[in-house]
Amino acid sequence: MAERDLSVRLIQERPIPLDVTFDCGPGELLALVGPSGSGKSTILRAIAGLNHPQRGRVICAGRTWLDTQANRIEPVQARSVGVVFQSYALFPHLSVAGNIMAAMSHRPRLDRERRVEALLDLVHLSGFQDRLPGELSGGQQQRVALARALAREPDVLLLDEPFAAVDQMTRRRLRRELAQLHRQLRMPVVLVTHDLDEAVMLADRMAILYRGRTLQTAPPAEILARPASPLVARQVGHTNLFEAHILDLDSTATRLVWQGRVLEARPQPGFVKGQKVHWLIPAADVLLHSRFKPSKGEKENPIEGVVRDRLPLGETETVTLAVESGETLAMTLTRHAAARNDLKPGDRVTVSLLGQAIHVMAWEGAAPEAPP
Amino acid sequence: MDWAALRLSLELAGWTSVLLLPPAILLARWLSLPGVRGRAVIEMLVALPLVLPPSVLGYYLLGQFGAAAPLGRLWQGVFGHPLAFSFEGLLIASLLVNIPFAVQPILRAFEGIPREVREAAWCSGLSRLAAFRRIELPLARSGVTAAFALVFAHTLGEFGVVLMVGGNISGATRTLSIAIYDRVQAFDDSGAGAMAALLLVVSVAVMALVYLVTGRGGRRG
Repeated sequence: MAERDLSVRLIQERPIPLDVTFDCGPGELLALVGPSGSGKSTILRAIAGLNHPQRGRVICAGRTWLDTQANRIEPVQARSVGVVFQSYALFPHLSVAGNIMAAMSHRPRLDRERRVEALLDLVHLSGFQDRLPGELSGGQQQRVALARALAREPDVLLLDEPFAAVDQMTRRRLRRELAQLHRQLRMPVVLVTHDLDEAVMLADRMAILYRGRTLQTAPPAEILARPASPLVARQVGHTNLFEAHILDLDSTATRLVWQGRVLEARPQPGFVKGQKVHWLIPAADVLLHSRFKPSKGEKENPIEGVVRDRLPLGETETVTLAVESGETLAMTLTRHAAARNDLKPGDRVTVSLLGQAIHVMAWEGAAPEAPP
Repeated sequence: MDWAALRLSLELAGWTSVLLLPPAILLARWLSLPGVRGRAVIEMLVALPLVLPPSVLGYYLLGQFGAAAPLGRLWQGVFGHPLAFSFEGLLIASLLVNIPFAVQPILRAFEGIPREVREAAWCSGLSRLAAFRRIELPLARSGVTAAFALVFAHTLGEFGVVLMVGGNISGATRTLSIAIYDRVQAFDDSGAGAMAALLLVVSVAVMALVYLVTGRGGRRG
């Protein structure tokens, strides 16, 4: 393992069941994503040493912080961690500089003031040294918390829902800033969030957590396009998730039988003829055939449906279609495409399912529980 | 004007506050931690002096202070004078009576510190002692000041227990509130009035000082 890597293995039955394994490389941002109650914060607290799992191992920068087999539990203070708590947990009686200096006991006294300035500069809070936390906005408090976490020059940075307590505009700005800051950091960064968009935007890799287990750990684009299971697919918000059978497969395509139709998907090995499978297609890869002039790709898995409703979402719009067999299919269109085609509920339309985007997974029993 | 009584009252209030606050801070800090076993029982015992009539408490203490009781005998053996009707006896009684006034405000203050703030201090590399000294204690300051004010003021005004275990010995156990009672009994209305006014002034001054201190420390986020 590399010098500054973080490697985590945690198992416990109580109070929240946990069975997770992951690692995080130097400078890498790993997002732990899952609904509330999936154990995200517990994992972060266990890395920091604020609680102790029944079994597990935490190794960071070559030092063993926790090894229950060897009966080794390093106290919080002996672990070089920087933590940004969800509530920021600033010291209300200390100035901004005082808050940051509280995490600098490892540095010579003369050095600290200069270092505070450098850190405040880094989080865009220069000149705020003497303010009290109570005098700062939520976004400013978050930046102080980040500066304090970095002041320790930690071997790992832990962020517990760091954007949950600020308004939407501030959140966007802070996310952008973190993305920029992250490129300058050399330690592993673990971000806990329930917000999938946030994870996709910030993470190099994300780990999907469900009921205390890591379901899949991979780069966001890979998890979105190729979830390891229907359960993961639902956790990352795929709604176009259906059951089918494998008709046949070769090096050019995997063909499925779905509701009596044959769908041609990109070649995906590992399945056998007749096998029951789940498949999905991202809503962005359902193409609407122009109702007024023909367009390319119309031969690809054409499906007829009736428009059920339109849901505008900023620059895109999600259109729900009822397909003949009773299933519903969601499709994302740009606003102008939706407007140009003048879609109204009840309209009959034809769409294509892009074969390259159809992802096949082993069948996993009845539809798993949808995320809240 | 009984200046000796005023001095005794102030000494008793001062010593009670000084001796009681440090253990009260430690007890309150410990009770404020999650998962303390038997916390309800301990809190009940701490609050007991609030509901116990002073005469009942004084009666039991007097029994313990006498030469027939182990504590009284031990004291007599070590210090050469009895504990009952002495300043030290009065102080012990005062300490016990004031436990709830010292512990409860400090406990509430420690409980008001979010768990994450304490944890953030540890994660910043501060030892438990340093986190207590630099973060928790300053944040509990208003509670400690309130405890000091309550204990001091309550000791100045305490009457029942003082009369029971101290008696009314000039220069040794006669506090200002006893002296006022004494003067009233003797139909010395002007003497009683002067001392009552003095006690009022001292009480107001103490409270003003406390508000001044907490007012400045009260800028908590």
